[in-house]
Amino acid sequence: MLLEIDNITLLYGRIQALHGISLEVDQGEIVALIGANGAGKTTTMRAVSGLRPIASGAIRFAGQDITRMRPDLRVVRGISQSPEGRGIFPGMTVLENLEMGAYTRRDGAAIRQDLDRVFGLFPRLRERMRQPGGTLSGGEQQMLAVGRALMSRPKLMLLDEPSMGLAPMLIQQIFSIITEINQQGTTILLVEQNAQQALSRAHRAYVLETGQIVKSGTGSELLHDPAVKDAYLGVA
Amino acid sequence: MNFVGLLHSLGPLSIAGLAQGAIYALFALGYTLVYGVLRLINFAHSEVFLMGAYAALNVWGLFSLNQNSATPATVVVIGLLMLGLVAAIIASGATALVVELVAYRPLRRRNAPPLAFLITAIGASLVISEATGVFTHRSITGVPPLIRPADVVTFGNLHITNLQVLIIVLALVMMFGLDRFINTTRLGRGIRAVAQNPDSAALMGVNKNRVISLVFLLGGLMAGVAAVMYVLKIGTVKFDAGFDLGIVAFTAAVLGGIGNLRGALLGGLLLGVVENYAAEVFGTEYRRVIVFVLLIGVLMFLPTGLLGESLGKARA
Repeated sequence: MLLEIDNITLLYGRIQALHGISLEVDQGEIVALIGANGAGKTTTMRAVSGLRPIASGAIRFAGQDITRMRPDLRVVRGISQSPEGRGIFPGMTVLENLEMGAYTRRDGAAIRQDLDRVFGLFPRLRERMRQPGGTLSGGEQQMLAVGRALMSRPKLMLLDEPSMGLAPMLIQQIFSIITEINQQGTTILLVEQNAQQALSRAHRAYVLETGQIVKSGTGSELLHDPAVKDAYLGVA
Repeated sequence: MNFVGLLHSLGPLSIAGLAQGAIYALFALGYTLVYGVLRLINFAHSEVFLMGAYAALNVWGLFSLNQNSATPATVVVIGLLMLGLVAAIIASGATALVVELVAYRPLRRRNAPPLAFLITAIGASLVISEATGVFTHRSITGVPPLIRPADVVTFGNLHITNLQVLIIVLALVMMFGLDRFINTTRLGRGIRAVAQNPDSAALMGVNKNRVISLVFLLGGLMAGVAAVMYVLKIGTVKFDAGFDLGIVAFTAAVLGGIGNLRGALLGGLLLGVVENYAAEVFGTEYRRVIVFVLLIGVLMFLPTGLLGESLGKARA
């Protein structure tokens, strides 16, 4: 297993946000985490990246316990994240934002190759290279966030709501790029409100409700599960 | 009110104001850097400056120099200035780091509310300045006359002294260096990242505590240089010198746009000049009155200061 989340709980003050979540992501997979607003999807992502300390449980990455590891060291181990709300550095240019993605790396030549790769995936970003991140449209910022998360050459990429606020055509596009990134060898843990897209792209998925996992299965199993259809796919 | 005097002496007053303002500007950078990254007013920064001033004096004291000494030969003066700058930079930088480690980092680890930081900031400032007061018997220490004021440029009634040139040039060089560091190096980019979005910075692999230490260190470095220029210019130091000057430097940072490095430069120079004009027109005792009236006036129309906040740039 590349990532193992073992029965973690997490508190925001006195409010318990996660009630014992366990999930696994295997090398090469796309795993989706779906659920309603406030179910704990983003909180789980923040816990994996170490932005929020967990109260109990353990997180293991590539066989190593990272439960108490600093967030920056988790990036060095190979976990990157495109966070909810995109988290662009508004005062930095598109290029600087992408270079921030490679902050932990010192291999200049390879970084330039990866820049080209990101510009290949998102030609729009090359056009906007010298523009401050804060001036991009929502869709462009989303591309920038995903591209930036690629720049650390992650083993595992966490994508939190990559389709949020995007036009339907762009949603299609971003999901095909996610699939492409996965086929090029990056494992992906994906949080999505757009369950239809997420489940059809993911190898496996988990359904989160009020801080607990209530269901899991392959993408197509959940896509055809009546309860999931009813609750998350908008069709009875 | 002496407007005629102002017009008559506009040149000399401007130059003296710029020299004073250059010191404010360097001093102000420490407030603005720390604020940009932590949204914290580091009130103890005034004592970071103070420790730099005393460090330079103590180093010169090692050569048995005091306010009654004769000015040494030029080569010796250059060496002494270098030593004084190094000592001040080390002392100020170390003070800044210790304040961050002792007064702020433990609170951050416990997610303390902003008010707690404000109190420890004031506490750290008082502890250092009062301890200095006890240690120096609250007396004034004289500064050896390393630089005998001499005119290097004379133009009508405008006399520019060697010390004024030194202060302005040194300040500009330091600022330029800092600006390049923040805007073009990898570590500088890390600082801007934490200022603009701390969570995203962590997700990029930036070690936040290291960036914070670096920012305190840079602020200390600038304050150390400012302290040496200050003691050479004023000729005396007292335990409350940091507080006295710190208020103005902090005002300069806010005036220019706190969090904005170029704002600190602009705010500092502007305050120095305005203070000097005001002293001429209304009398010396009014200069602080005018400075703060100006600050309030500017903030009413430009609440984020003259240049706005740039290090953080509309934190997303």
